Formats: sequence, structure tokens, C-alpha cells
Amino acid sequence: MPKDSGIGASSKRREDVRFLTGQGRYTDDINLHGQAYVHFLRSDVAHGVLKNVDTSEAAAMPGVVRIFTGADFEGVGGVPCGWQVTDRHGQPMQEPAHPILAQGKVRYVGDAIAAVVAETPQQARDAAEAIVVDIDELPAVIDMKAALADGATKVHDDLTSNLCYDWGFVEENKGAVDEAFANAAHVTTLELVNNRLSPNPMEPRVAVGDYATGTDESTLYTTSQNPHVIRLLMGAFVLGIPEHKLRVVAPDVGGGFGSKIFHYVEEAFVTFAAKQCRRPVKWTSSRSEAFITDAHGRDHVTKIELALDADNNFAAIRTETYANMGAYLSTFAPSVPTWLHGTLMAGNYKTPLIYVNVKAVFTNTVPVDAYRGAGRPEATFQLERVIDKAARELGVDPIELRRQNFVKEFPYATPVAVEYDTGDYEGTMTKLLDMIDRDGFEARRAKSAENGKLRGLGVNCYIEACGIAPSALVGQLGARAGLYESATVRVNATGGLVVMTGSHSHGQGHETSFAQVVADMIGLDENMVEIVHGDTANTPMGMGTYGSRSLAVGGSAMVRATEKIIAKAKKIAAHLMEASEGDIELKDGQFSVAGTDKSVAWGDVTLAAYVPHNYPLDEIEPGLEETAFYDPNNFTYPAGAYACEVEVDPDTGKVTICSFAAADDFGNVVNPMIVEGQVHGGLAQGIGQALLENVSYDENGQLLSASYMDYCMPRADDLPFYKVDHSSATPCTHNPLGVKGCGEAGAIGSPPSVVNAVVDALQRAGHTHVTHIDMPLTPSRVWAAMQN
Amino acid sequence: MYNFEFSKPSTIADAVTALGQEEAQALGGGQTLLPTMKQRLAQMSTLVSLNGIAEMKGVCTNDAGEICIGGATTHATVAKETADSYPGLAGLASRIGDPAVRNRGTIGGSLANNDPSACYPAAALGSGATIVTNAREIAADEYFQGMFATALDDGEIITEVRFPVPEASNYQKFVQPASRFALVGVFVAKFADGVRVAVTGAGSDGVFRWTEAEEALSSDFSKGAVEGLSVPSQDMISDLHGSAEYRAHLVKVMTGRAVAAAS
Ligand SMILES: Cc1cc2nc3c(=O)[nH]c(=O)nc-3n(C[C@H](O)[C@H](O)[C@H](O)COP(=O)(O)OP(=O)(O)OC[C@H]3O[C@@H](n4cnc5c(N)ncnc54)[C@H](O)[C@@H]3O)c2cc1C
Repeated sequence: MPKDSGIGASSKRREDVRFLTGQGRYTDDINLHGQAYVHFLRSDVAHGVLKNVDTSEAAAMPGVVRIFTGADFEGVGGVPCGWQVTDRHGQPMQEPAHPILAQGKVRYVGDAIAAVVAETPQQARDAAEAIVVDIDELPAVIDMKAALADGATKVHDDLTSNLCYDWGFVEENKGAVDEAFANAAHVTTLELVNNRLSPNPMEPRVAVGDYATGTDESTLYTTSQNPHVIRLLMGAFVLGIPEHKLRVVAPDVGGGFGSKIFHYVEEAFVTFAAKQCRRPVKWTSSRSEAFITDAHGRDHVTKIELALDADNNFAAIRTETYANMGAYLSTFAPSVPTWLHGTLMAGNYKTPLIYVNVKAVFTNTVPVDAYRGAGRPEATFQLERVIDKAARELGVDPIELRRQNFVKEFPYATPVAVEYDTGDYEGTMTKLLDMIDRDGFEARRAKSAENGKLRGLGVNCYIEACGIAPSALVGQLGARAGLYESATVRVNATGGLVVMTGSHSHGQGHETSFAQVVADMIGLDENMVEIVHGDTANTPMGMGTYGSRSLAVGGSAMVRATEKIIAKAKKIAAHLMEASEGDIELKDGQFSVAGTDKSVAWGDVTLAAYVPHNYPLDEIEPGLEETAFYDPNNFTYPAGAYACEVEVDPDTGKVTICSFAAADDFGNVVNPMIVEGQVHGGLAQGIGQALLENVSYDENGQLLSASYMDYCMPRADDLPFYKVDHSSATPCTHNPLGVKGCGEAGAIGSPPSVVNAVVDALQRAGHTHVTHIDMPLTPSRVWAAMQN
Repeated sequence: MYNFEFSKPSTIADAVTALGQEEAQALGGGQTLLPTMKQRLAQMSTLVSLNGIAEMKGVCTNDAGEICIGGATTHATVAKETADSYPGLAGLASRIGDPAVRNRGTIGGSLANNDPSACYPAAALGSGATIVTNAREIAADEYFQGMFATALDDGEIITEVRFPVPEASNYQKFVQPASRFALVGVFVAKFADGVRVAVTGAGSDGVFRWTEAEEALSSDFSKGAVEGLSVPSQDMISDLHGSAEYRAHLVKVMTGRAVAAAS
């Protein structure tokens, strides 16, 4: 029976009332008295020596308040990187400075050279056009392999090369892995590209800086997924403002997909400039600017090899990946191709030996960082593609080959440092097969053939790691932060609750699902609980929302804080009913004494806490407010099996998705409707990556896909009606809610099944030379693959 | 956007006068021009809107049986008004952009702009239309002069476009996935005295007639008639979305489909 409230209910998203009626309050809706506007003059060349920036004419133009250049930031920190990777040889990665405005050199098209603060956005832009910039152009470093060649032009002159790090994982296993390959009965090799993507949240970035002279306090309003992290990074490493003098507010945020995790130069600029100019300073990104300044995602070039024994058991995996960092290290960039990718290379399979090599490379392109899935889509794609290729080479069923190699016993320690606590890969695969009518495929294929279309079926599994992460573990791996969450639960005198969380909602529906959890624990109506997030001034420290971690980590903190509330409330109830604390039971918002008909309502207890006339003051304090921090014991491991059926038009190469099915194991589910919505969105992004989206640079570092005329976002008519299911669930064993996370699964799990399906269609049609096509599978690429 | 003056005359004569000023520019539906202005890639002293000129709007049939479309008529109106009289043209107009674009964008604006991937140029050239301006009448065969280039003089306004109506016609558009303009679009029109085939999206000089196909189809109006032909790729556009070879191939595929679908 579906529940109608609390955990497990598909409660309607309360935030949608304001979003759908135009009442959302986004950063661009914030306009402060006396605010000025900044326009950034950005480099239109990818690489060059910045010889001179002449602002004299621009400074005299109407409305100009002040013009800043790199020189104004000489005593100021650059934006820091939050993760240090240690390379194969035990050396730290190369870590270039990332100044707020370019100093000495420009390093990508979009690099900010100067910033004009003026009375109106128009005047700021007019003056920016009058700035005369003298750049000595250098060859652009675009191709990753060329960037690592001897004598290649260096993106950063003070580094020894364009190599950020050469990472080996697990380095100690390398010899054993090589030996397994030497002894393998069969080796399948695949070279592939994980295409670069532009995140494109519906709301472009905005930042408003404010400074209060009277109190020496700075405030930044920004489109962020993690206001506390921005406060910490910007305050401590860039501007030198102690946290008690710095407030960061991320109000309603219109999507992030990872791109709003990072601390960007524009945020530091407006905060700095507001203090310098003694007035608020606002920046609103245009969509064109978003294409060249929001951190991109993916961009891996990989060679993967899979070794199998004579019985088709996976014996070893070896990969070599080139990962593009872009021109500077964005906040979490180094962690994505390493700890968020290498640790997932075991997938759902028991492969005893794995070696992952990643070379991270600087190029004259926009910085690359986490994007929905971050590292796990890259791992899943290579693994699930190479397994499909192996099955074809061996002449075995691709599903059976997977099944044969599934991890079946839990907990399972992979050879790549993580331990899966629980899972049931056979269960999700069985569920998937129930959903897709595989037996009917031949008939459907024949029908497609009658219409001149080539039909194919692609299946894949995925596993991912969410709920990042045990702080002590990630500390060892190079994280420069802890990754706990916290929550404060404040009960008001009349019984309503306000839950303050350090995580952030920017489309995920936390205000609804978090309230369901807390209300359920006490037995109250969900509307008694309000969720507060997004403002460092009224929420406890939290590391933010990404990596599908908010419910698993932030929700667990909320559970712990609510448990403390309940424990204290029971003490009060015991006092009110003159009973022993151990006999108090809480159900449906009523406290009762076991075995009696005595009871007091939730509201009586909360009122007593704040009006303590009859109250055990010598034992407990008045009031009812508790805070808890939660640091997880492990990652969580959502997993699943996906299937895609496509039709290919042999005359044009156009791929049409006929059906898509997703069987996921997310552990326990708080709000099934929201979970399905998250899967739908993730699938749209994964299918977008597989068929449509691609960031493309020319050899001079000019962005060719710089608008929606050339960067193809998925539209409703590109996508099928999905079949999604999350009933085959194994609850997480180590967090109090048993939840795993669902925000990224769709984007992680879907690209391989789309590509597997297209390759399958071509193979069945006799194009046996087509073993792989690089994403996106545009009509022209598919057509080209069929030629030959 | 840079600052500009705005004028909205109600007659062609007043529009011509307004466009005679230094750095004045015509505004049709603004679907091409406004984004360009927002990017600060276009700058004019005066923007002269043609949307208030009643004599430039609407669709009618003249004594010669040609369909006459006012230069400021929107794509949506063309799609609706020619659905029965010229289904090939209506089908083309109904698939330009999205509803917002079709309800603002105009035939005059599209033909004046002559984007190499736009749809209307294929219809105009494929139908052998006449482009009527405030000053003269220009045959479609003379009008298109390469990418974004036309026979129009500065300040000249397209007031009307006259389409002879073929016995059968069809437009096949293979969309560029991102913009959904034509990666390759082929307009086929079968007249009593022969077949015309106009190709947009593919040619590096903009819209062009595929004369080999016209000859073959004039003697045998069937899909099979073009199967043996091949389109040389050297004059084709090659970009992010498709190579010259791919476009050349699609020209043939789309021509065949247009013939099969012609009604
Ligand atoms: C999202 C989107 C999708 C689109 N998809 C397609 C598509 O699939 N196929 C397609 O063909 N087009 C497409 N277009 C373009 C659209 O059809 C435009 O409407 C058209 O190209 C320009 O017409 P307009 O009336 O908007 O002209 P404007 O933008 O107002 O003007 C364009 C140019 O023509 C000049 N001009 C305007 N009217 C006249 C006139 N009567 N006489 C002389 N000069 C004039 C202007 O001065 C300007 O130089 C799309 C546009 C958008 C924004």
C-alpha cells in the first residue's frame, strides 16, 4: 500500500508552489540598494602573454565606478583547489595558481582579464569594450596527448610540463595485473572518448557582493550548491575574511548538476569589489558567458583492456586514461578522474585484479570538474562497453557474461579500495528483464526491418558510490575538507519544527523529502516541519549537495538530531506524566506510558519545554533544539541494470530511442515520485551525452559549440517514455535511513546502453566492422561508421 | 544591445523613406536580427519595423494562379493559409523553428537574410518564385547570390513573394540536431514543364538547384530516378554537424524522400 505521508509517500513537492507560480527567489532577484554592476572583459584568444591592459579611455566613460585588472589582485589569494592527488611516484600533483583576474597570461577563451564596475550593466559593457588589450598570442594547447609531447607549449610556465599528475591505482598491483594479462585466455581492448559536456543549468550563475562598513561584514549571494564550502574557501584562502565576518547565501538555485559546487573567480571578485567600492556589486552571467566559464564535465580519452580466463571469468582490467583539467584546477577537478573514477572500475563484477592509470592534463580550455556523476559515468561507460565488446568477440550473450561475473556476496571488498556493503545485481537484472520483454525483441526487430530501420538492444549494469564520504578516508586520499553533514532541529513552543541543514536543494526537492523523514520519526503531519537551507547565517556547517549525498549524509544528521529531540522530549513527557522515562512511548505525535492509558500530546511537551512552569529544571535545560553532525562510515553503493532499444535509419544514421528501462537499487526510498523524477532527469542527461551533447574546440582553442545553435541539449521529443523501477532494493547497511542516493544514477547508467544498442543494431545489420562509435552518436557519426 | 531609434511606418513608401537614412535597418520578425543585436554584433541608427504595414501582410492568389505572400507575413500564417493551395510550401513553413519563431519570423526576413541553412530559400528557388521589392521584381534564379548574399540593394524591401503552384511538391528537412535548421533540406516541385529541385543547408554557396536530379526527374518522377546519381561533395559545407560527404549523401536521400512524398 502506498503511504500518503511520511517516509515512502509520494508527497507533492512543496517548493513547486513557489517555483511554478513565479515566486521563487533566485540570486538574480536580489537587488541591493545602491548596487553597481560588473562586466568581465574576457579573453577571446586561448593562450597568450598579456602584455598590456590599457583602461585609461574606459575609465573615463559614463557611469564607470572602477576598473580592476590582475594587478589589483596581486596581494590577494587565487581560488584554491580542494583536493590534492598524489601521483604514482609519491609526488603531489602540479598545482598552478588561479588568480581572480588574469596575471601575465591568458589561458583559455573566457579567462577574465579585467572587470568594469559601473552604474548599469550597459555602461559596464560599453566601458569594457573600450579597454585596449595587448596580447602576444601563443600556440593553443588543446589536444591532451600533444600537450604531453616533449617540447609542447606549456599552459603554465612555472610548472615542469602540462602534466598535472600521472596516477596509478593500485600501483602495487600493476605487476600482478600485467601478469594476468600475459596469462589471459582472451583480451578485449577498446579505445574510447568520454565526450566533454557543458552543464547548462537552467539558471546561469549570478553573484552579488555586499559589504557593511558599520560592522565590517561581507555578504555574498551566489548560485551555489554549497554555501558553507564557498564561505570556507573564499574566506580562508582568497580574501582572508574570518567566517564570522562573512555570510554566504545561496537562495533558490535553478539547477547545478555539479557546475555550482565550485568556487568561481566571479564570486570572489564581487565580494572583494563590494568592499573596495563600498557598494554592492552584482554579476549576472549571460548564457554565452556560461558556455565559456562554467566548469565543463567529462573529457576523458581512455584505453581499456579486459582479460578473461578460459571460462569467461573476468581476470583483470587495465586502463589508461587522459583526463582534461582545462587551464586551471577547478575546486574538485583532480578527484574526479582518480578517486571518483578509479575506485569504481570493478563495477558490479568480481574482477580480482585492476590497474587504473590516469594522466591529468592542462590545456587551454575551460576548467573541467565534476558534472552529474563525476568520474562514475566515465568508469561505467568504459567497463560496460568493453564487456559488450568482449561478449561479441567470444560469441556469448552479453547479459549472461555479466551475470556470470556479478559480485554475489556482500560485503565485498573490491581490488580498488572500496567495500560494497550490500547489493543484489542479479535482482536488478531480473527486474530489468521483466520490464523489457527480451523475448519479443526479434519480432520488434523484424517489424523495424519492414520499415527499413535497423533495431538494436543494449543492456548494461552500473554501480556508483554516493554519500561521500568518511572524512578520515577522504583525508588520506587528498581531500582538503571533511565530508560530514550536520543538522539543527529547532522545535517551537507550539510544536512546529524548523530543520536547518548545511546541505542545499537546487531541484532535488529536499524541502519536501527531508520534512517527510523528520515528521515520520515523530508521527506528525509533514506540514509541521520546515526545512531551512542555503544561508550560512542560519544553518549549521555542511559540505553541500553533490554526489547524491544529501539524504544519505545530511538526512542521517537530521535523523540523529531528531533522535536527540525525541530523547529529551520523552524526559519532559515522563515528568509531565509522573512516569519513568523508560516507559515512555512515542507514536503518532502522542507520548504515552506503556501499559497505561496516560498520554500527553507532542504540543503539550513542546509547550512545557518553552514555558517551563512544570518542568524538571534541575535535570534538563528548557527549550527543545538539538544539533547533530554525521560522518558516514562508508560510501553508499546504488546500482542497477538499464536497457535501451533503438532504431537506426540506415540512410541517414539517425538514431531513435524506442524504449528505455531502468531498474535501480537505491536502498530505501523516502519519496518515490521525487526519486523517479531524479531518474528521469538523469536519463535525459545520459541520453543527451550519448546522442546529442558535445563541447567542441577548434585547434586554436576557439569554442565551436558556444551556443544552443551548435551545442545540442536534449529536448522532449528526443526522449522516450521511460520505464523506471526501484523495487529491487537492498537497504544501505550503515546509515540510519538505509538510503543510498539517486540523483546521478540515470546519468551514470544510461550512456553505455544507448551505445551498446546502436552497435548491436549495426552488427545485426551486417556492419560487423563497427565495434564502437564515440559519443555523441550523431547521425553523421553513425552514418560514417556504416560506410567503409 | 546598442541604443537605436525605432520607427514603425504603416506604408511601404514611409518604410522606404525611413530606410533611406544613414545606417537604418529593416526589422521583420526579429528572429535573426534581435539575437544578433543582443550579442552586439549588429548596430544601427534606426530600426524600421515592417510589422505595421498592412499591405505587406497576408496571402492571396493572383490572376495567374500564383500564390502571393506579403513580405511581412509570418511563417505561421503561411503554414495556415497555404495548407490547401500549396501543401509543399505549407509543410515547409510549419516546420521552421518552434511556435514562437513561426509566429514572429517572416518570409521577407528569411529570404533577405538568406541563411545557408534556412528553409524558405529552398521553396523560393524550388518553385521558381518571384521576389517582389519596393523597386522591382527579381526571379529566384537571380536572387540568391551565396551565403547571406542576395540581389537586394541597401534599403530595398521585400514586399511580396509570388509562388507558381506546382502539380506536386514536397520539402524534406533533415535537421541539424542543435539548431534544428536544415542540415540538408530539399524542395522538389513538379511543374507541367519540368521538375525543380532546390537544396538548402548543404552548399557552401547557399541554396542551389540540383540540375542532374531535375533532368532525371523531369523524364521519370520517381524515387528510383535519382538513385543512380551522385552529388559531388567538394562544394558542400563541412562543419561540426556533418562532413561534406555526409551532406552530399543526404542531398540524394532527401531528394528521393521528397519525390516519394510529393503531393
Ligand atoms: C530558435 C530559432 C529557430 C529557427 N529555425 C529555423 C528553421 O528551422 N528554418 C529556417 O528557415 N529558419 C529558422 N529560423 C529563422 C527564422 O525563420 C527567422 O524568422 C528568419 O530567418 C528571419 O526572419 P525575421 O522576419 O525574423 O527577420 P529579422 O530577424 O527581423 O531580419 C533578418 C534580416 O532581414 C532583414 N529584413 C527583414 N525583413 C525584411 C524585408 N521584408 N525586406 C528586406 N529585408 C528584410 C533585416 O534587416 C535583417 O537583416 C529560426 C530562428 C530561431 C530564433
